[in-house]
Amino acid sequence: MSSQSTTPLEYQGQQNQMTILGFWIFLGAEIVLFSTLFASYFVLEHNTAGGPTGEELFMLKEVLIETFLLLTSSFTCGLAIHEMRNGNKRDTIVWLIVTLLLGLGFVYMEISEFIHYVHEGATIQTSGFLSGFFTLLGTHGLHVSLGIGWVTLLIIQMMKRGITPVTARKVFVASLYWHFLDVVWIFIFTFVYLKGMM
Amino acid sequence: MTWDQFFVTGDPLILASQIAIALTMVGLVVLVTYLKRWKWLWKEWFTTVDHKKIGIMYILAGVVMFFRGGVDGLMMKAQTSRPELEFLDAQHYDEVFTTHGVIMILFMAMPMLIGIMNVVIPLQIGARDVAFPKLNALSFWVFFVGAMLFNISFVIGGSPDAGWTAYFPLAGKEFTPGVGNNYYAIALQIAGIGTLATGVNFIVTILKMRAPGMTLMKMPMFTWTALVTNVIIVAAFPILTVALAFMTLDRLFGTHFFTVAAGGDPMLWLNLFWLWGHPEVYIVVLPAFGMFSEVISTFSRKNLYGYKSMVASIVGIAFLSMLVWVHHFYTMGNSGAVNSVFSITTMAIAIPTGVKIFNWLFTMRKGRIKFTNAMLWSLAFIPCFTIGGVTGVMLAMAAADYQYHNTMFLVAHFHYVLIPGVVFAVFAGLYYWWPKMFGFKLNEKIGYWHFWLFVIGFNVTFMPMFFVGLDGMSRRMFTYSASTGWGPLLGLSAIGALILAAGFAALCYNIYWSFRYASRDVGNDPWDARTLEWATASPPPHYNFAKVPEVSQLDEFWENKKAGITGLKKNEIEEIHMPSNSWTPLFMAVAFGIVGFFLVFEWFIPAAISAVLIVIGLILNSFDYDHGYHVSVEEVEETERKWRGDLK
Ligand code: HEM
Ligand SMILES: [Cu+2]
Repeated sequence: MSSQSTTPLEYQGQQNQMTILGFWIFLGAEIVLFSTLFASYFVLEHNTAGGPTGEELFMLKEVLIETFLLLTSSFTCGLAIHEMRNGNKRDTIVWLIVTLLLGLGFVYMEISEFIHYVHEGATIQTSGFLSGFFTLLGTHGLHVSLGIGWVTLLIIQMMKRGITPVTARKVFVASLYWHFLDVVWIFIFTFVYLKGMM
Repeated sequence: MTWDQFFVTGDPLILASQIAIALTMVGLVVLVTYLKRWKWLWKEWFTTVDHKKIGIMYILAGVVMFFRGGVDGLMMKAQTSRPELEFLDAQHYDEVFTTHGVIMILFMAMPMLIGIMNVVIPLQIGARDVAFPKLNALSFWVFFVGAMLFNISFVIGGSPDAGWTAYFPLAGKEFTPGVGNNYYAIALQIAGIGTLATGVNFIVTILKMRAPGMTLMKMPMFTWTALVTNVIIVAAFPILTVALAFMTLDRLFGTHFFTVAAGGDPMLWLNLFWLWGHPEVYIVVLPAFGMFSEVISTFSRKNLYGYKSMVASIVGIAFLSMLVWVHHFYTMGNSGAVNSVFSITTMAIAIPTGVKIFNWLFTMRKGRIKFTNAMLWSLAFIPCFTIGGVTGVMLAMAAADYQYHNTMFLVAHFHYVLIPGVVFAVFAGLYYWWPKMFGFKLNEKIGYWHFWLFVIGFNVTFMPMFFVGLDGMSRRMFTYSASTGWGPLLGLSAIGALILAAGFAALCYNIYWSFRYASRDVGNDPWDARTLEWATASPPPHYNFAKVPEVSQLDEFWENKKAGITGLKKNEIEEIHMPSNSWTPLFMAVAFGIVGFFLVFEWFIPAAISAVLIVIGLILNSFDYDHGYHVSVEEVEETERKWRGDLK
């Protein structure tokens, strides 16, 4: 393993570099996956089959809070990586925990939003539009929830092992994933909610 | 679902298979126990992360699936061999053509090609393994579990029966209520995870693990095709993932993606399916092109003609393959403008494909050709595949396709591209790399039988289909009346299928014969070949290369042989780092299989409970800090001495 002080820890060693490249390629596959979900949603968007439309349904305030929570969590996730690069184990973990809490807040808000819609009579079985809507958002929400589980495991490992090339790489990769989900959310916010309410 | 519906009953053919399956399973368990091989199986195979062994398991699974898919094919040919036979009824015929298509493409062609890639690519680029060996094992095991889940459908619960393309609304719950199409949605999803992981793994392997000095333009052609294929996998498989997820939701949870009622859109399925499906045909054919390139160049004893144009056409094909999917449904309500655009993109693919054909021909020109079995398959490929390509261009003309679409002409087209393009290539690859994998060659004489029976059988089977197709026979017809006049041609086609089957039997006999009797003295380079995999022992030691080779030109190994540079010096040997075995991939795959099985039957509570197993697997994996182990200099020295003689 090289000890060049200029290379960040997570990039040290060939296996680390390969893992990070591999993860970028995986994110490429994720982009295709979400693009397909978006495209299908756009195809089905107007097929409300007598059920509620987006305009009647969407709740701007809740969605704005969700957006705020997730965007902030991306920022705190960035702070965690910054602290990790400075070799600051305690602060890294603190920021990761803050990130998780914000993520949990997001998932909580999203689930209650969904429950609200279901009470309004808008379920995944109501129309093509709602099938597309719940599946696109559900896939994103599921990704965030998996991310929460994953980062929890990494926090435990970092507490036990400290900041090593391996733990640093793992946390870095998880942060890439987290930022990616944030970007997807921006598209959801713009092209599902804002567009739907206009 | 009630318990008496759980096992499929009432059909003597299926009963016989159930008994045969049960006997085979018991037989295998008894055999392994009797030979005291459980521990060996577990240590050497089930938990292995060695790319060569994983590759061999893929190939073995592919051969078994070839048999299963082949039996399906023979049953169809038997049923249509004469007018109004009653061997299979309509329902059974539907099931058989569905499983035939799925199995041949996803569980035969894919694992054969990925298997050969697994064995060859790391060796060809001078690496010790793939980038993520454990992930590679996971890829294999989830593929295998997915394939097995799909295969049991015909005895447990019932086969899918809406065609390998599973068009909606037919494939929806309303028109296909049983569990058959649940198997389709879920088994393919599980196997697909493995394929996607393979895609990521091989891209990183090829980009990051090439021997020092091997720039992209010095890579062997098979490595090039493997790289591009895996890029297509990463770009196309997520679309299938989403399409299958929608299908699962529609069938299991009553959503409306593809339904006719409540705002679903059946055409959405068609578009998603072919957005994956057309690239998929190039996923299977590109690596085959790579293998032919290696074989033709080796046995013409010349370097590949037009290396750069070969690379450019592979990349061009990959790009165009994403832009042609609508040609599968010209007749389903597109505007003339849309059809014209897709006609043009489709025909454009024939250009880079033609470039490759001419490059192979020019490689052979003035070469000192050796007619080995591997070379024979490559030679037969060129005219047969060209027939497939030319009929493809006929189909590509949208206006004309109104006549050909969904007739036997189409069926003949894709068999003329897939069988020469994939199956001939796999055979060429097997004969060529067999000594590298196992340390002995397949017998060339039995190989001739295999070759001639198969190639003649193939043409006799599929050539008549062009003509009955032009005569108006649509695909997937389970019977027809004598007045159509198709009887004689279809009878001929059925005879062809028997010859084809005899060819496959000859291959199996060849494997058996060679395993028992072939000479074990093949050396590292039995074909006087050109690329790096031939620079190490056959079979290669688990660490592949004692010293990672250095490369300064294309076909480095060949050039070194000519210059007389060979051998390994004692002081060049260093300790080698290797990954350890792991049982988590197998565990994870089995967990996926269990969850998948419960989902097929819509038993949601058991499915949710067993999903915990997957989570456990993921956690175990995350906490696994195994760093592998080191092979000592002494061990390397001893292994190398065994095949090189004394070291300098
Ligand atoms: C010269 C290149 C090719 C052209 C122009 C071409 C064109 C076409 C067209 C237009 C169709 C749709 C016809 C219809 O449904 O009426 C088709 C179907 C098909 N082609 Fe090709 N093709 C080419 C090469 C290939 C290759 C290389 C493969 C596979 C290795 C392949 C596999 C298939 C399959 C599997 C189908 C039909 C699937 C189904 O409907 O079940 N084709 N091709
Ligand atoms: Cu196509």
